[in-house]
Amino acid sequence: MTSSTTTKAATTEATPRRRRRGHNFTRTDRAVLTGLVGGPTLLHVILVWIPALCTIALSFTFWDGIGGLNQIHWAGLKNYQQIFTIYQDFKPAVRNNVLWLGFFALIATPLGVILAYYIDKELKGTKFFQTAFYLPMVLSLAVTGIVWDYIFRTNGFVNSVMGNTDPQTATSWFGDPHKNIWIVLIIASWRHIGYVMLLYLAGMKSVDPSLHEAAAIDGATAWYTFRKVIFPSLRPVNVIIIVVTVIDSLRAFDLVYIINRGRNGLQLLGVLVYDNIFGEATRIGWGAALATILFCLSIVPIMLYLYQTFKKEK
Amino acid sequence: MVTGKSSKVGNSIAIAILFIFAIVWMFPIFWTLLQSLRPYGDVLKYGSVSWPHHLNLHNYWTALVQSQMWKYLINSFEVAIPAVLLTLFLASMVAFVVSRYSFKFNIALLMLFTAGNLLPPQLVFIPIFRLYINTWVPNFINGDGVLYDTQLGLILIHVALQMGFATFVLSNYLKTIPKEISESALVDGASVWKHYYVVILPLLRPALASLGVLMTTWIYNDFFWSVALLKSGDKRPITAALSNLQGEFFTDYNLLAAGATLAFLPTLIVFFTLRKQFVSGLTLGSTKG
Repeated sequence: MTSSTTTKAATTEATPRRRRRGHNFTRTDRAVLTGLVGGPTLLHVILVWIPALCTIALSFTFWDGIGGLNQIHWAGLKNYQQIFTIYQDFKPAVRNNVLWLGFFALIATPLGVILAYYIDKELKGTKFFQTAFYLPMVLSLAVTGIVWDYIFRTNGFVNSVMGNTDPQTATSWFGDPHKNIWIVLIIASWRHIGYVMLLYLAGMKSVDPSLHEAAAIDGATAWYTFRKVIFPSLRPVNVIIIVVTVIDSLRAFDLVYIINRGRNGLQLLGVLVYDNIFGEATRIGWGAALATILFCLSIVPIMLYLYQTFKKEK
Repeated sequence: MVTGKSSKVGNSIAIAILFIFAIVWMFPIFWTLLQSLRPYGDVLKYGSVSWPHHLNLHNYWTALVQSQMWKYLINSFEVAIPAVLLTLFLASMVAFVVSRYSFKFNIALLMLFTAGNLLPPQLVFIPIFRLYINTWVPNFINGDGVLYDTQLGLILIHVALQMGFATFVLSNYLKTIPKEISESALVDGASVWKHYYVVILPLLRPALASLGVLMTTWIYNDFFWSVALLKSGDKRPITAALSNLQGEFFTDYNLLAAGATLAFLPTLIVFFTLRKQFVSGLTLGSTKG
């Protein structure tokens, strides 16, 4: 799909097509039109799509990344084979990405929807609540990592309240490889929940109020109305939230990188890509293969999103 | 009447629960603020959870002046502002063409931009890194003579990636504006450029404002690309420069708290003053994390 759209756009944008429905373009207009579309498209294709395709190609090669391009050797599927069999960080990374997705899908996203449901009732203090839940979205993930470090550090808030901040015996929330991923998931949800809530709130505001009224006259409970009337009418928003949830779970990088560079229980696919390119041993092929695996996983939500947004126009 | 009463009780319970949630939500930020106002010695003496005996702005002074955080703040804006302006300019041009002229490639083009925006950045940056190392730039931009390790390079990648999102949002917005407005311009015989610049661009203003606020926050907050594409510490934006405050053996966590606060203060101010734009920017496109 990638290559077909790229080439399609590339070939069509060059020639500003036969005019239709009364567009009578002068020569200048044609040049301007070509520039208006061609310039931005060229920049986007050169800096996004061509690199993306190159990465996929590189995943089938061996390259240390230091030598010139002539140092690149064909590897076939060797990189993938090695990643699946001997790369020790791969399994924990996949497990953590799946865990991330599961946690977002089963806990964080539903919680965001429930919060939106109550905020939508416009109870007392709704402005204050909204502000509180939106606030984490404004912070960068790098700052988010630092902010939560004060809560979960060995001598941070949680341990102080629990009464043990001794470096030897206190719980190390970020250091314990069995606990740290859960802490990271709580922190990531802190941000994600507000975002889901915002999207859902906007969607619910757009629901026809007469739907509510009709259901109320029929004597339906609020929860029943939400489940049977509101939720199904929010299909577009639901799709967007699914896409956001999946894409964000796959892209995760900043937070764990800030905490411990994604090691010791915090491995993620996004970090492994980075490690193989900038780490001690540069294995571009492995990095590229990992990025390609990430891409293959992202295709599903991307296609779902494109289908949802563009189906009406076809 | 019974139902009315029970829903009132229900609402009170809901408010109480929301209130607890909201407090929990804001607590980490409040806690960081508190740490930033306490001197290191105070915490050392009484522990981090203790009644603050001294509160002052000394850490901010140290972070801003001694650790030169002001420089990194400026770096952040030097990247974010040009990147946002350029993105909005380029995206509005594409959005204008695809929503006002019916070319065959319109939908394919929009899909290309939208999908490009959703790609994992990890997929893009190996070749970008190589490309930047091998792209020549004049010496006044970078002493090394290459695009790598320049703010220009950082700006370009932000523009290329954000453009996808912006184009999508702006073209959706333009579709909601009646075409008659354009048609009257065409009857007057306006050129394509005039149609864009004089008719469409002013109409786009609310959407541009919302997108501008949102994308400034995103680009300002970026960490991934700054770390990947800048090697000189003094060029880094503040999000990436915060690690300067973390020593290898010793970190003054109260100073770090002040640095972190300085880093998020601009976005916080933007959020509180332009909240409407921020929220509508996010819901206009309803995608992107």
